[in-house]
Amino acid sequence: MREIHVNEITNTVAQLCIKACVVVAPDIRACIQRQLDAETGTARQVLEDMLENQDIATRRKLPICQDTGMAVVFLEIGQDVRLIGGNVADAVHEGVRRGYDEGFLRKSVVADPIKRVNTKDNTPAVIHYDIVPGDGVKITVAPKGFGSENMSRLRMFVPADGLDAVEAFVLETVTLADANPCPPIIVGVGVGGTFDYAANLAKRALLRKIGSRHPDDFWADTEARLLEKINATGIGPGGFGGRTTAMAVHIGTYATHIAGLPVAVNIGCHVNRHEEAIL
Amino acid sequence: MSKIIEINTPLDADVIAGLNCGDIVHITGTIYPGRDAAHKRMAEMLAAGQPPPFHYPGSIIFYAGPAPARPGDIIGSIGPTTAGRMDLYAPSLIKAGLVAMIGKGNRSEAVKQAIIEHGGIYFAGVGGIAALMSRCVTKVDIIAFEDLGTEAVRRLSVVRLPAIVAIDCKGNDIYDRNSG
Repeated sequence: MREIHVNEITNTVAQLCIKACVVVAPDIRACIQRQLDAETGTARQVLEDMLENQDIATRRKLPICQDTGMAVVFLEIGQDVRLIGGNVADAVHEGVRRGYDEGFLRKSVVADPIKRVNTKDNTPAVIHYDIVPGDGVKITVAPKGFGSENMSRLRMFVPADGLDAVEAFVLETVTLADANPCPPIIVGVGVGGTFDYAANLAKRALLRKIGSRHPDDFWADTEARLLEKINATGIGPGGFGGRTTAMAVHIGTYATHIAGLPVAVNIGCHVNRHEEAIL
Repeated sequence: MSKIIEINTPLDADVIAGLNCGDIVHITGTIYPGRDAAHKRMAEMLAAGQPPPFHYPGSIIFYAGPAPARPGDIIGSIGPTTAGRMDLYAPSLIKAGLVAMIGKGNRSEAVKQAIIEHGGIYFAGVGGIAALMSRCVTKVDIIAFEDLGTEAVRRLSVVRLPAIVAIDCKGNDIYDRNSG
């Protein structure tokens, strides 16, 4: 049994919060650079501004976007690990508190969805736990801005609706979202499971690298087809028109009930922040 | 690439009338960041017959809440938030004279009608280029609702803040995808 002190989790979460908010991931940057070639005029200017913004953020240690999000933290805890020194959830929240303070990140969390008083330290985080084989702990921090989160949707289809309904729903969600989620976007789709699990699949789909494919060719082809359709909407970078509305469509799938076809769409903005580390 | 139009605050009616949907502008002067929670309070003040906390002819409200300033900086990253969330409050504020707005994303028909009726204008910025935009800010003061933290109303001096005319005073709308 490997022992890991929860202070290590706190330190790692704090560092990942800052890194995710300040430094854009290489796959995102490379994708925007590629997309420049397809655009002219205002659309091209918007993509150039995004790249310049990334440079300024890195150089001056500023968050890429003022909305540094609500921290979504995924913990994959090896079943041969024993966490010592305190409560693991407290350790994660403390990491978020420190990261958002030390990184000069915006505190965007209110304690109650109706009473709406800011907690002033960006806690609590939303934490997902998985127990996995092994003796490591993988921590992923995905600070989620709500310009894109608010544009996400879920619907319970029936089996007879089939793939056409899934594709139409994804396309409708992106069209309704329009400029709000800060395109070019990453579209995370969850198909299957239950009501809650479909949303979880969609959220996790946003963590995939750009260029990765669903392991099943049927779904990989669906991803490619949807990306093409989304980029034909003309919404474009920043929503001002153009060819590049999305960088990727990532679909996560799971078994489901004989009566059901849950579909969730979670949209990530053009920085789609997430960083991971393994203890 | 269209020519960049330099504009200065306060915006007078002639300047607003001369701007067209799709024009790229650089805004220099004073703008007032305020977003969800501040709008709720301002709407309550208007309903109670009080003036909003800032009310200067030709002033621009900026739907934004900044990140904290790093040591040595005057402000952290700042950029436009989704304007649609302010749609419920905007018509009464436009009617009260706050006719110019900066945000991102499309607006409701009610907001568009208020813009046409009162000679307003809606500028859109690019969301998520907030480190770049923060470099346009030369001065910051909190002028109302300090308890709201990032959502407090501020007075910002900006130099050449980039934006696009998204809805002009005639109601032409850059987000109207069917307009060709």
